[in-house]
Amino acid sequence: MYSEKVMDHFQNPRNVGELENPSGVGTVGNAKCGDIMRIYLDVDENQIIRDVKFKTFGCGAAVATSSMATELVKGKSIYEALQVTNKAVMDALDGLPPVKVHCSLLAEEAIHAALWDYAEKHGIQIPGLEKPVQDISEHEEEEEY
Amino acid sequence: MKPIIYLDHAATTATRPEVVEAMLPFFTEKYGNASSIYGLGAESKKAMDQARSTLAEALGARPEEIYFTAGGSEADNWALKAAADAYGKGGGHIITTKIEHHAILHTCQYLEKHGVAVTYLDVDEQGLVSPEAVRKAIRPDTFLISVMYANNEIGTLEPVEEIGAIAKEKGILFHTDAVQAFAHLDISVDACHIDMLSASAHKFGGPKGIGFLYIRRGVKIRSFIHGGAQERKRRAGTENVPGIVGMGKAAELAMAERKETVERITALRDHLIDRVLREIPYTRLNGDRKRRLPGNANFSFQFIEGESLLILLDMEGICGSSGSACTTGSLDPSHVLMAIGLPHEIAHGSLRLTLGEDNTREQVDFVVDRLKEMVARLRDMSPLYEDYVKKNGRAH
Repeated sequence: MYSEKVMDHFQNPRNVGELENPSGVGTVGNAKCGDIMRIYLDVDENQIIRDVKFKTFGCGAAVATSSMATELVKGKSIYEALQVTNKAVMDALDGLPPVKVHCSLLAEEAIHAALWDYAEKHGIQIPGLEKPVQDISEHEEEEEY
Repeated sequence: MKPIIYLDHAATTATRPEVVEAMLPFFTEKYGNASSIYGLGAESKKAMDQARSTLAEALGARPEEIYFTAGGSEADNWALKAAADAYGKGGGHIITTKIEHHAILHTCQYLEKHGVAVTYLDVDEQGLVSPEAVRKAIRPDTFLISVMYANNEIGTLEPVEEIGAIAKEKGILFHTDAVQAFAHLDISVDACHIDMLSASAHKFGGPKGIGFLYIRRGVKIRSFIHGGAQERKRRAGTENVPGIVGMGKAAELAMAERKETVERITALRDHLIDRVLREIPYTRLNGDRKRRLPGNANFSFQFIEGESLLILLDMEGICGSSGSACTTGSLDPSHVLMAIGLPHEIAHGSLRLTLGEDNTREQVDFVVDRLKEMVARLRDMSPLYEDYVKKNGRAH
């Protein structure tokens, strides 16, 4: 049901991991619906995304869209990164099954959330960027076995 | 391509070669319509009767109490809708549980739209229905209790005998969906006071598209499919003779081998469960540790999601299933895992492995070894695990 590109990005995700002192971090989604994405940005003094990492809890498509989204924003300016839409992520992956389109939306939102965090921390405004609505903190539940 | 390790026997099983062999003549040589008067038709009738007797014997029932259907879902639909027709009379009350198969749950929802009241009983954290809760739910207009024999996801064996006794005492019909249990377990419709029972051939080495509904003599269940006198006028349509012969053969083989097979598969299952719980941290077993189907193991791996695990397993040729939302085709994880009280994220990380007679200890060990790597790999990618480790440190 997945394209070869989706399978490739699921099997060999690019930029998976964390950043030590990120310029911005965004986490979107919630455990209830089964997808959580976190994106770390390292933005240099010229507002270029020098490095980007992600962590994702979710299905194959969730992992693949996170991976592709990080590829698409790496090396770009924060303004260019804002233009990376869910459609761009989907196209780059040769499409997603209809039930998985929400994964690409989540990837777009994760980028936006990380950019928002960066903008807030650095006291700047990025035109067109809105405060992310998705937040996992209120859904967080710790279960131990 | 990698060799397949099939651990999804609760989804379906391979049709056994002996079964295929028994079926084959009924396609090309003995193709007669069992309702025809000539010899060719009589041969089909005879083979069908033999299968009916075998299936009846497996339940301690009479052959004329076995009604062939196109599978378990049809049997479930028929039992509930026809009981509502005959006994509910446009109203009445059914008692069932929250962990039934959708063939029961969706049929109940359909009946609710047509004036039938339905109580969906809770289960405990092992997935067990309490017979006392059944008793308490009974109303003056309750005409049917439907509780599954064994759950298809978490394998829990329900207290069918106790519930049947209550139904008998109160004069209420008792139906059980035994799709996962029939031919695997020793079932007596008399000891458990079962009035109706659904079964499906492809769950025990038979072909797909054939099953049956056991209806105790005297139960007033009318036809569900109209248009012919087949099945004592209760289920019209030319009989699927090859399918029926195959189901009979599969039941015959299963019964002859049952004791040995159950012992072997139970030991294999316990080995699988023991290794997974011992070697993979933050893992729980869903369902009762002992009171479960011989081949069923259902785990939840914390911090990861089931579909991604299934894809990794598939890449190694391993077939399993999950109750995550991605595999249920909705935003919600499995209703069974919700009913036993699992939080969403734990339910999303579930994996069901169901063993069959062809599985070996070597296969199970291979699967556990791969599982350990895959779970660790997905956890390394998981923000939930990252948060947990930052708070509490790593397990090892």
